[in-house]
Amino acid sequence: MASKTININLKIWRQKNANSKGSMETYKLDNVSTDSSFLEMLDQLNEQLVNERKEPIAFDHDCREGICGSCSLFINGEAHGPDRAVTTCQLHMRKFKDGETIYVEPWRAKAFPVIKDLVVDRSSFDRIQQAGGFVSVNTSGNTIDANAIPIGKAAADKAFEAATCIGCGACVASCVNASAMLFVSAKVSQLALLPQGKVEAQQRVLNMVKQMDEEGFGNCTNTGACAVECPKEISLENIARMNREYLKAMVSAE
Amino acid sequence: MSKSAILRSSIAKKYWMALTGLFLCTFLIGHLIGNLQLIFIHGEEGRRAFNEYAYFMQHNIFIKVLSYVTYISILFHAIDGLMLAVQNKKARPQKYAYNNAGANSSTASRQMALLGSIVLIFIVTHMVNFWAKMHFEHIPLHTYEVTLPQQTNPEMVYYTHNHSLIPIQVDKVVVVRDETNLYLENTDLKLGEGYKDLHSVVMAFFGQSKNGFVTNSLALWATILYVISMAVMAFHLWHGFASAFQSLGLRHKRYTPIIAVTGKLFAIVVPFLFAIIPVLIFIGYVK
Ligand code: HEM
Ligand code: SF4
Ligand code: FES
Repeated sequence: MASKTININLKIWRQKNANSKGSMETYKLDNVSTDSSFLEMLDQLNEQLVNERKEPIAFDHDCREGICGSCSLFINGEAHGPDRAVTTCQLHMRKFKDGETIYVEPWRAKAFPVIKDLVVDRSSFDRIQQAGGFVSVNTSGNTIDANAIPIGKAAADKAFEAATCIGCGACVASCVNASAMLFVSAKVSQLALLPQGKVEAQQRVLNMVKQMDEEGFGNCTNTGACAVECPKEISLENIARMNREYLKAMVSAE
Repeated sequence: MSKSAILRSSIAKKYWMALTGLFLCTFLIGHLIGNLQLIFIHGEEGRRAFNEYAYFMQHNIFIKVLSYVTYISILFHAIDGLMLAVQNKKARPQKYAYNNAGANSSTASRQMALLGSIVLIFIVTHMVNFWAKMHFEHIPLHTYEVTLPQQTNPEMVYYTHNHSLIPIQVDKVVVVRDETNLYLENTDLKLGEGYKDLHSVVMAFFGQSKNGFVTNSLALWATILYVISMAVMAFHLWHGFASAFQSLGLRHKRYTPIIAVTGKLFAIVVPFLFAIIPVLIFIGYVK
């Protein structure tokens, strides 16, 4: 297939640092291959900016293959852009038309403050994880092989699906309430479904939700936007499960 | 676990929203069935049935308790909902320059607080229109002849009073009406209550024609307001009904699709039936 090129206009959020006031800036970029990824297109733009002796645009990225969860752009009004089940690094320029104006903004949430341009601080997710997203394992020499514990296929599959969450934050970014429920519920579910995770299940859900609230995320109104925009297609079923887990823990934990 | 989490944690707040919301849905069913009498029973019979019903709703102790639960639910649901909405606004201080939210969620789901607030304004207006009138204002009474039960002995008349049959000897039963009650002529025996004539108040409120009341020039506006409010309620329930089950963690491959369909049907049918009542009165189908 012959590669096509398109010319595009970009409106990109520029912000010097966490404390400065940013604004949307307009750029023109020609000869963008439709086979390039969105991030490659931004590389191309940055090259152009560097050649013009202008400050390149800062954006997060690492693996560029949809597994690390670093890339985080709100493109044309949607987290990770118009495509489904992909991260920004997996989004291709063939999804855009010649002459199109593309909006690129950072995730917007109080709990994800902008550090610079399109880069946001997602350490609030780390703190939620630290509040309970783990299992305590005895490492004093007599570790038990995790595979020695039989786990039903259905539970194993569900736990695995929940575990595919890469912590990108697209759920928060797309939610009208900037709620982190999909992320937190994936992390709660992934462990609550497995025997190893059941031991600390009650304290885990209480602590993770408490941390989630303290970080300033909004409250879920079940809009479902998160699951639509999630690159890993994490299901709303996880949120329902967390709601159940929390209710159980709330009425019975000491 | 701190006690305050039951009220303060984001998820617990959602349980309360869901529980009060679903309770209010059952309230809507009850209220609707009562109101439908206005359009299904016509004429003098309808007037009597509705006024008796209104009297019953005001005096039955069980209904009284239920009505207080309803007031509290509305207050709690509204306050909790608005608090959630304020927190949610704060969670995103900086808006997107361009947000294509329609691509991933329904407008109703994103506007629950706005829709709810309009419903709240409606509820207050509605209560001023009827509830306050019924409770605090003088409403003309609706009195009517009581047909005493057929008797074997024409000399004796039995009338149920406080659950016992009271025999009284009469030549002719004449019912005397005063402002409040119906008495047997020349006796203290109360045959029945006079009912506050809420039926006529409703008919006058939405109806253009006279019902012994002055023609109401605001009837058109009242009808429009009620119909629009019910449309808003429909959108609130379009998302709210099924959402409440998700909030409570009630999700299952088999039942969730049924809940979703039920919710959409509920959201259409219930507000629609509420809305046709003022419309039918306005166009004079019922008087
Ligand atoms: C008869 C009237 C009403 C009924 C039947 C009703 C029903 C419901 C239901 C079933 C829900 C879903 C709960 C959930 O998602 O867990 C809901 C949500 C909501 N309601 Fe109402 N509601 C009514 C009136 C109001 C009023 C007066 C307000 C006042 C502002 C309001 C504000 C809200 C808000 C903000 C939500 C979203 C809460 C959330 O999902 O976090 N509602 N309502
Ligand atoms: S749930 Fe989906 S959108 Fe949210 S952080 Fe995980 S992978 Fe990203
Ligand atoms: S850069 Fe790793 S997921 Fe996109």
